[in-house]
Amino acid sequence: MVALIRTSVARKYAMALSGFFLLFFLLQHLTINFTSILSAETFNFLSHFMGTNPFVQYALQPVLAFGVFFHIAMGIVLELQNRAARDLNYSYSNPAASSTWMSRNMIITGIAVLLFLGLHFYDFWFPELKLKFIDGVWNIEDRYFSELQHKFADPIRTALYVLSFGFLALHLLHGFQSAFQSVGFRNNKYTPTVKLLANIYGVAVPLGFIVVALYHYFGSLTH
Amino acid sequence: MNLTLKIWRQQDANSKGAMHTYEVSDISEHMSFLEMLDVLNEGLVAKGESPVAFDHDCREGICGMCSLYINGEPHGPDRAITTCQLHMRKFKDGETIHIEPWRAKAFPVIKDLTVDRSSFDRIIQAGGYVSVNTSGNTQDANAIPIPKADADNAFDAATCIGCGACVAACKNASAMLFVSAKVSQLALLPQGQVERKDRVMNMVDQMDKEGFGNCTNTGACSIECPKEISLDNIARMNREFLIASVLPE
Repeated sequence: MVALIRTSVARKYAMALSGFFLLFFLLQHLTINFTSILSAETFNFLSHFMGTNPFVQYALQPVLAFGVFFHIAMGIVLELQNRAARDLNYSYSNPAASSTWMSRNMIITGIAVLLFLGLHFYDFWFPELKLKFIDGVWNIEDRYFSELQHKFADPIRTALYVLSFGFLALHLLHGFQSAFQSVGFRNNKYTPTVKLLANIYGVAVPLGFIVVALYHYFGSLTH
Repeated sequence: MNLTLKIWRQQDANSKGAMHTYEVSDISEHMSFLEMLDVLNEGLVAKGESPVAFDHDCREGICGMCSLYINGEPHGPDRAITTCQLHMRKFKDGETIHIEPWRAKAFPVIKDLTVDRSSFDRIIQAGGYVSVNTSGNTQDANAIPIPKADADNAFDAATCIGCGACVAACKNASAMLFVSAKVSQLALLPQGQVERKDRVMNMVDQMDKEGFGNCTNTGACSIECPKEISLDNIARMNREFLIASVLPE
């Protein structure tokens, strides 16, 4: 396995598979977030379930944490290796003639999403861990919606979230279809559909997160 | 046409290179790009200066020797051609043209615009061959039935001339389009089945040893390729690699 991961093609598979996992996670996260627009009770119920269910907490959450860490670490390793493969850059280059900005700058959009994760963990995950594992409070079932409203009442935080989801969209617009290419799924019949799905997913999912953030920000103005 | 040329000059592999500026005049728009460089070199030789070294051979787009990075793109601004097929009518009078060698750690500069592409040869040596029965009863290749789609895909992959434009175009200096074309052309045909699994593992291993970068699917390689080698080949090589890894012989 270690020998396998040393090869460039195996690294492509590893990056793609961790990417698929995160694509699925994002969809699940958005689905629960979106219920906060529809029903505070449903959002509280689902959030409490995800935050207290032993399988989610002790099986899925460590897998997710590993998936996120692996995707980030592998992305940085690949970037460093790729930079080393060209010891002297061109003095005049026209990369836009043959590739998209998104495909060439996954490290920039990836680091932007990583910085956002730091903010997101500071806002939600670290307080959640403290409450549950240090303070020992596990049974408040109706706190999640009010916490969400409180966080998005801050216009600067909301603006940072919206900006970050913009970077996430740029990352997904290349990453989604690139993952399929990396695992060898490419043919004349299905690749156009994959690219269409990639564009829909890459726009709709970040837009969904933006809608949730803005909904609660503007909601806070009327309270 | 009168042109300003900014050209990479480098004495040898161990010297530090730099961009130098030259002026050329009375260039016909019907000249090929390499003929324009010939004119420049005649002038330099007449002045007692060292001519600009650049690779070329057939000058009809089939040998894969010419290798110039022109105005920010391998083989220049046109599509599906090599540098030797590029003509001066693609440029405007008074234009400044930037000319550099392929840049990749695995393609070290030999002199000026010529680079050492023997890393490609070593990748071919690692697996780009088929076993042939030399006992005297070798089957005629034309007598072996091959599905039309496979024959077409194998032929398309085999049109790769190994010029290295894919590496030059890739922001990561990845050689995956070249290697995948060489893997594909043999993996698709009956003659290539004996070494099929060893081939992909050995060629990928050699590619990594040579110091090429990782593919991140930007697609620039295929767009800049003079033979329009498809990204389908990279996907096929990835599948071949997975099968050979999971089910080794």
